[in-house]
Amino acid sequence: MTAAVEFIGVSRHFGPASAPVKAVDGVDLTIAEGSFFAMLGPSGSGKTTCLRLISGFEKPTGGAIRIFGQDVSNVPPNRRNVNTVFQDYALFPHMNVRDNVAYGLMVKGVDRRTREARAEDMLALVKLDGYGDRKPAQLSGGQRQRVALARALVNEPKVLLLDEPLGALDLKLREAMQDELKALQMRLGITFVFVTHDQSEALSMADSLAVFNEGRIAQIGTPAQVYAQPRTRFVADFVGSSNVLSPDVTRAFGGPSKWSSLRPETLRLVPADGLALAGTVTTIRYLGANSRVSVNLLGTEVAALLPAGQTAPEPGATVGLSFDPTALHVMDEA
Amino acid sequence: MTSAPAILPERGIADRLTAIFWRHPRLLLFVLLTPPLLWLGVVYLGSLLALLLQSFYSIDDFSGVVKEEFTLKTYAELFRAQNLDIILRTLLMSAAVTIGCAIIAFPIAYFAARFARGRWKAVFYLGVMLPLWSSYLVKVYAWKLILAKEGIITWAAEGVGLSMILNAILAIPGIGGNSLSTSPMGTFIVFVYVWLPYMILPMQASLERVPNSMLEASADLGASKAQTFRTVILPLAMPGMIAGSIFTFSLTMGDYIIPQIVGTSARFIGLAVYQLQGTAGNIPLAAAFAVVPIIIMLIYLTIAKRKGAFDAL
Repeated sequence: MTAAVEFIGVSRHFGPASAPVKAVDGVDLTIAEGSFFAMLGPSGSGKTTCLRLISGFEKPTGGAIRIFGQDVSNVPPNRRNVNTVFQDYALFPHMNVRDNVAYGLMVKGVDRRTREARAEDMLALVKLDGYGDRKPAQLSGGQRQRVALARALVNEPKVLLLDEPLGALDLKLREAMQDELKALQMRLGITFVFVTHDQSEALSMADSLAVFNEGRIAQIGTPAQVYAQPRTRFVADFVGSSNVLSPDVTRAFGGPSKWSSLRPETLRLVPADGLALAGTVTTIRYLGANSRVSVNLLGTEVAALLPAGQTAPEPGATVGLSFDPTALHVMDEA
Repeated sequence: MTSAPAILPERGIADRLTAIFWRHPRLLLFVLLTPPLLWLGVVYLGSLLALLLQSFYSIDDFSGVVKEEFTLKTYAELFRAQNLDIILRTLLMSAAVTIGCAIIAFPIAYFAARFARGRWKAVFYLGVMLPLWSSYLVKVYAWKLILAKEGIITWAAEGVGLSMILNAILAIPGIGGNSLSTSPMGTFIVFVYVWLPYMILPMQASLERVPNSMLEASADLGASKAQTFRTVILPLAMPGMIAGSIFTFSLTMGDYIIPQIVGTSARFIGLAVYQLQGTAGNIPLAAAFAVVPIIIMLIYLTIAKRKGAFDAL
């Protein structure tokens, strides 16, 4: 398998060399060709900077970036065969939708008839046939997003970069768009790299993902690996809001004296009588399909998911917790 | 629970007015707009109409008295060779000044909009506005000295051995002259200097509204810097450029002081109006002359609109 994008010890520091802000710090990363890759992390974790390093809007202060094996350190954005769907879509307001989509072909000198036909094909691909004559201002947010997508795909890029592509859409539209993006990627076979702060989005769409924290990659793996076997406390907490248990609490749960992670959905509430694992209910959050019950156990807040239909205990009640011992994931981090 | 009432007590006239305006939202608009609209309607547009009316009168050739009868005779006079000359000269100068201003203003406005932050932004505004704080006459006379044969430009050109170039420019017929301060070139330089801020500021405002991601999108899609400039930046800056050009164009067409102080003392529309209504007492022709810039501006804006200059608005 070829690597579509490779980061070799890449850093991007801002500010003076004496006290740099390390937006990206020593990142090693390989994105396989044809994969749907997610860069996940909180804001300021370096994920967007990494995307901009691939597109060429940022230059690395250290390390090397390769796209399909070629070093792009000295290649400006317009000569990189990668295209971006911008977070604010960045559609040109003075051009109609067709000219926006055809822009990439226009600057390459493709003749008007060919590029307009290609633009119409692209608009059909994103289900916007017949919208060519409209101005971006006349479109809804979801439609603008599709235009941005069509415009980025018209050049048949080797890698498509998506910067928080669904951030500005409402929940219903976002879910529909997730399915569509996934289907589109499978159909075109282009490598998609998308940046998001939404862990459920990353888990549901990506083939593999990198979790970013403070300019570094905390973990790379498939969604299932990252979810089930978080390597660090940060990953466990950020991806799926797991219960992160300190070494002392882990021991009480029957594990070794190490940090561990226990997913809320693996915990069951049982009557307290005689169990070692019993605590006081502090808060209950109703989430629709289930309720998230927080229990104070040995001074640590532990959350359990209670399926809808089961009677939730009152805050202040004493409850016992039971779980399958294999669900307890002990982390490498000491 | 607190014992505060659901409705707070009225605190006097200010609260009462707020309530009235809340119940009648249009009333506030009416109160705010009436005085300026009266001013604009009566004083401003009224006097413009009076001017238009005057231009349809004519002057009796023998007595020099204004005949208050409708005629197009005065407008016909505009087409006399000497008057056409004035109009053409003014038009060319205004166009040249506008283009000159646009070329100089663009890099400054671009820098201010894209790169200047914090203190540099303040420096920019100060630098652009500062010349506006001092008297226009002082600046024009200062330029007369700068451009004079004994002035600093001639002196500096001699000092660095560029007299040849200066003399070559002054030798160009139609542009040059005895010295910069007595040539159309000199008039042009002073016009550009005086009206430059009116071009920079609207241009900067329109460039400020172009998000960085739009330029990145252009580069991302394969455009070179020059292509991005031509197809994205320029069209998006166009409304600001047109706004600025309205200032530089109409200000140049109406000005009657600069051509008197710097240049060949050939007449411009402003100067013609000034002389016709003053010494000559030919108010109708002065009025007809004053209508010319209005018509030119209307034609200019119509063409600009047709060409899509306001598409990005």
